[in-house]
Amino acid sequence: MPDALLEVDGLDAFYGDFQALFRVSLTAQAGAVTALIGANGAGKSTLLKSVAGLMPARADAIRFTREPVGHLPAHALVARGIAMVPEGRRLFPSLSVEENLLIGGQLRRPGPCNLARVYDLFPILSERRALPSTALSGGQQQMCAIGRALMANPKLLLCDEISLGLAPIVIREIYARLPAIVADGISVIIVEQDIVQALAAADHVYCLQEGRVALDGAPAALTREAIAAAYFGV
Amino acid sequence: MSPVRVVHATPASRVGVAVAMVGLVALTAAPAWVARSDLRLMAEIYSYVVLASLWNVLAGYAGLVSVGQQAYVGFGAYALFALAMLAGVHPLAALPLVGVAAAVVAVPVAALMFRLRGHYFAIGTWVVAEVFRLISAQLSVLGGGSGISLPVSIVIAMAEGRQMREFMIYWISLAMLAAVLGAIVLLLRSRHGLALTAIRDNELAARSSGVDVRQLKLAVYVACAGGTAIMGALIFLQKLRVSPDTAFSINDWTAFVIFITVIGGIGRVEGPIVGTLLFFALRQALTDLGSIYLMTLGAIAILVMLFAPRGLWGLLADRFGWQAFPLARRVQAS
Amino acid sequence: MNSIVQGVLIGGLYAMFAAGLSLIFGVMRLVNIAHGDLIVLAAYVSLLVTQSLGLDALSSLAIVVPVMAALGYALQRGMLNRTLGDDLLPSLLVTFGLSVIIQNGLLEFFTADSRRLQAGALEVASVPLGALSLGVLPLIQFAASIAIIGALELLFYRTAWGRAFRATADDPTVAQLMGLDTRHVFALAMALSLAVVAVAGIFLAIRTNFDPAIGPARLIFGFEAVIIGGLGSLWGTLAGGIVLGVAQAIGAQLDPGWQVLAGHVAFLLILALRPQGLFPKVQP
Repeated sequence: MPDALLEVDGLDAFYGDFQALFRVSLTAQAGAVTALIGANGAGKSTLLKSVAGLMPARADAIRFTREPVGHLPAHALVARGIAMVPEGRRLFPSLSVEENLLIGGQLRRPGPCNLARVYDLFPILSERRALPSTALSGGQQQMCAIGRALMANPKLLLCDEISLGLAPIVIREIYARLPAIVADGISVIIVEQDIVQALAAADHVYCLQEGRVALDGAPAALTREAIAAAYFGV
Repeated sequence: MSPVRVVHATPASRVGVAVAMVGLVALTAAPAWVARSDLRLMAEIYSYVVLASLWNVLAGYAGLVSVGQQAYVGFGAYALFALAMLAGVHPLAALPLVGVAAAVVAVPVAALMFRLRGHYFAIGTWVVAEVFRLISAQLSVLGGGSGISLPVSIVIAMAEGRQMREFMIYWISLAMLAAVLGAIVLLLRSRHGLALTAIRDNELAARSSGVDVRQLKLAVYVACAGGTAIMGALIFLQKLRVSPDTAFSINDWTAFVIFITVIGGIGRVEGPIVGTLLFFALRQALTDLGSIYLMTLGAIAILVMLFAPRGLWGLLADRFGWQAFPLARRVQAS
Repeated sequence: MNSIVQGVLIGGLYAMFAAGLSLIFGVMRLVNIAHGDLIVLAAYVSLLVTQSLGLDALSSLAIVVPVMAALGYALQRGMLNRTLGDDLLPSLLVTFGLSVIIQNGLLEFFTADSRRLQAGALEVASVPLGALSLGVLPLIQFAASIAIIGALELLFYRTAWGRAFRATADDPTVAQLMGLDTRHVFALAMALSLAVVAVAGIFLAIRTNFDPAIGPARLIFGFEAVIIGGLGSLWGTLAGGIVLGVAQAIGAQLDPGWQVLAGHVAFLLILALRPQGLFPKVQP
């Protein structure tokens, strides 16, 4: 497919002896939002971590802008344009809000995202820029984590469970920023527990079940029954 | 529910225990068939097995990585000399008293040291050893900085004749070896031993399972202090002379002990035994090389720690499933 | 009074010993048992440099600092990175082995003879201050201690690299997601630590006689300064060093043989009465 930014091809993943992914294949188009949904333990986060370079993979199991990158470590992938918002936010507690953002931009990759742009997207962060990152509320921490990843000027942004532990209104507020991010030329892959939110935000959805792709398609083309069947494996 | 029991023996351990029993008998009879200088060497080997085994329980099981056990070796030596020379106690009778005294001293030391964690605990124990050393150098009644020799009168009063004295020290060293190893095996078989293994694997989880981590660590620290002190007293009783630098030598009583335990296999009872044998073999081979010998030892310890962290015995035991002592735990319906 | 002032000044040197130690612990939770021996190694390197190139002691800094920094980078990248992790035994035992190797290597190479670095005219120069006369060299060394600690604070809290160190210390995995190669970051931290060690070693060598065996005592003084001052605070470490130096000076006044012991006693007292140290930084 001519526009595929990311191609995952026959990816396996193991935690010790436990196999979490079984020859998973998917593509993420440039300029699109791709959603990964599935029950707990289905392998969504594992898949994202493999793409981000936090888990070992075969070189050609993951291709980014047509280059095999599966073997590269996480820090090398950031240089290539893949940035991740990790599950649980994981801001640096010793750093202030602004310092967390600045460290996201450590590599100084060229692009539209800088401190001003992030503060534009998330004005509350500008108000609290000098505070320790631990002083932020859950939703604000999530915004900071996203901003931090954006500072790396990625071509592909990976978001792992950004709605976890947040109130619905806060989740909607965060997802409302997604179009602006995509408009900046950043493609997004989201791992989401909240199916409704995922279907609303995504251009393409993959449903994982026990380490395998059980269903994929555009949200409009998927029926609730099909999704439920793929999700629960019944 | 049918009652179950926990079985500790394995086929390998039955062999191990049998060998140990035979060995003990043979070694007890050693004075009859071994030259006197070799008896001294054997006693030295036993002392290192004891010191390393105690350090193994402390660091490998209780997670208390101490770099200051020389404090108790020296304390034991000085306490023995003090009791014998200043209080007129028979040196052999003084041995258990030395152990008790060291255990008592270890309690406040532990209270202070337990405020430090991990690496800082290690260096803290080193500081305590230095304090002991510096204090002993101030004790002019025991020779101050240059140390003191055990008076001839006390030496003669220990036993009838030089040969008998040497035999006695040998047998007591062997008895210490048997007693310490036996105590360690019994400890590890008991539920306290299970608790210790739990602490070693994951202290937080152990605590939330109801293990009183602090109590157990304190008990282990104090017991090891006592045992180390008795061994120290015995070692210097054989040398007949004590001085601050020899009694509290970090090289002799900590560096070598740590290397022995790590190279042999930390966290397993057999490790210190294997390590000591290897250590003495190396010493024989490299005996004239002084600092090169120490550098080799250091290099081997580093390589083992980086590439074979479970030590020589660990490699063998994991590969072949060996266990010389009955320390397995299998649940059997009875 | 003079001895108290001397105690303060040498406290600065102890703080220098401690700074490298606490830097490493802060960034990667590693305590380098060979730290003191590396200080002594730096002293010997300086000896070689001054003897073969005819430089004076302070000028040799220009060569010794980069050499030790490079050694630190290589040591961390080549060996110590492998020992990092939850279990403290590997790093403790490997650095202990390193300590033995360095001490005995120096012994083989340089013998146990006592050495001293020459600093030329500076050694005897002194500055009058009220009723006291302070040596110029101790003052320079104290100023260097303050400068180093100030520079480290600046580095850690005002620069991008300091951010990188702090982030990697907080969460090495997420630091990788920022594009930081943690192996490189840790190696740089060790290089920085040994750069400080180099300065400390040279000032030590100018001040006192040194031989291969004095390393462990320097480690202990540095460690005591860190604990007395409080974990996590570099300025606290300076205070700790000064307290230690003053305690030793007081001890020496009472009896020359009590100098080091007095320092240990001060350390144990702090541990007993205020275990968090005098100026602990509150960690989030």
